Amino acid sequence: MSLEKFLNQAVSSWMSAEGPDSDIVLSSRVRLARNVRDYKFPIIFSSEEGQKIIESVYRSVEGQHFSTIGSLELLVMDELQPLQKRVLVEKHLISPNLANNSILGACILSENEEVSIMINEEDHIRIQCLYPGLQIAEALKVANEIDDHIEQHVDYAFDENIGYLTSCPTNVGTGLRASVMMHLPGLVLTHQMGRIVPAINQLGLVVRGIYGEGSEALGNIFQISNQITLGKSETDIVEDLESVVAQLIAEERSAREALAKTSNIELEDKVFRSYGVLSNCRIIESKEAANCLSDLRLGIDMGYIKNISKNILNELMILTQPGFLQQYAGGPLRPDERDARRASLIRERLNLEQ
Amino acid sequence: MLCQECNERPATLHFTKIDNGEKTMMHLCQHCAQEKGEAFMLNSAFSINNLLAGLLNFHNHVQQAEKAPVIKKEPLQCEACSMTYQQFIQIGRFGCANCYEAFKEQINPILRRLHSGNGAHNGKIPSRIGGGIHLRKNIETLKQSIQELITREEFEKAAEIRDQIRSLEKQLDLRDEGGN
Ligand SMILES: [Zn+2]
Ligand SMILES: [Zn+2]
Repeated sequence: MSLEKFLNQAVSSWMSAEGPDSDIVLSSRVRLARNVRDYKFPIIFSSEEGQKIIESVYRSVEGQHFSTIGSLELLVMDELQPLQKRVLVEKHLISPNLANNSILGACILSENEEVSIMINEEDHIRIQCLYPGLQIAEALKVANEIDDHIEQHVDYAFDENIGYLTSCPTNVGTGLRASVMMHLPGLVLTHQMGRIVPAINQLGLVVRGIYGEGSEALGNIFQISNQITLGKSETDIVEDLESVVAQLIAEERSAREALAKTSNIELEDKVFRSYGVLSNCRIIESKEAANCLSDLRLGIDMGYIKNISKNILNELMILTQPGFLQQYAGGPLRPDERDARRASLIRERLNLEQ
Repeated sequence: MLCQECNERPATLHFTKIDNGEKTMMHLCQHCAQEKGEAFMLNSAFSINNLLAGLLNFHNHVQQAEKAPVIKKEPLQCEACSMTYQQFIQIGRFGCANCYEAFKEQINPILRRLHSGNGAHNGKIPSRIGGGIHLRKNIETLKQSIQELITREEFEKAAEIRDQIRSLEKQLDLRDEGGN
């Protein structure tokens, strides 16, 4: 398969389209957790119950046409190849937990891949909407539309006092987790994250790296999300998150300005070195690739590098994950083979830009 | 639980710290966490699950300590899905919606801790099954406004609102009789 054709199939709209503030906010996501009344939660339900949940949720949305997302398709986890599931995880369309651990797990995916309804993950129903740039309110609007629709046909487990009842007590109430993925190289380079993370925690929000394990935030990509789901309205949760994100955007922009003023040549050097590595490497590990891609994107945003599209960071962070590399290669790859594949995919992708 | 750094303030942040592959739990107050800020950064990856695990274990210890001399009772269990409270503590997940009711007394303080002191839902209400809830919430707000009107001696307005409440209560009765 040619790279261009592969890209057309592999890239979801949230990765390629540009949204508001997309120089810093890569994507916005909203997730609503819901359960069906009188059915045990997926950790202990019977397979009969699990099957019924899939059927009734799918029946409630089957053949429906929602405003912007196109038609919906049901994917049953047990019927997918491990590699297909892995690719869905790498595209952030399903959780690793649904792919690997669920019993009778399924996913209802929209044509444009902006909406995925996970079934029988930790909760019976998890409606997820994923948009490019800073569009949390828009994502919530679409999630609510789908939620209202399902609720017409399915009795939800709901309590007047504590709201939507979820398997984990950290989700009870609204069942809403709103998050944004941000590229914050300026704040990392100026050593400000150590100050910022605890301050954000204090506001009831959580910051974590998306790529990499434990301490790392590969590619300087961070996810900010709400921790509290009970006691606040959906709108308040979204607005509180938006206001912190707006502040982070402002701080990132001023960090970039400061860097340009105080260490312009050093920064330019860093950017072009990384560009050099990406365009010439023959073997590259995911960690090095992520850091170079972050530099390259910063260089594009700051105007050092022209004629390369901005979405290259978003796109290549995902396409250079092991699942995608193997799908592109058409079969399983050993780790050393992956590193070589990754290097050639990045070089080819950069060539498409010229 | 006290902060393990200063031993003065209560620990509100619970981290898993990974050093050379070795995991240790850290329990810090806001103040000490901030002081250690740079060192911790993300490696503490303050996660909701760690917070939950920390809280559940903490509550469990307190309850065991309080219960110690008492004669052994039947284990607390949800009758709908037969999950026991002990099992819930171990996995941090409920077995069914009824568990919230079954473990109510134990759970409510934990919910408050997890959600910054909030204990009551303030968000969306499902429209179909929630119709009665909407009515009841309306009635409650109207009752509050009556109190205000009375203290301000605006009795005429208060009477109007009282009539509104009566008609809403009638609707609610009809709904409940309607077999839902
Ligand atoms: Zn302390
Ligand atoms: Zn139960």
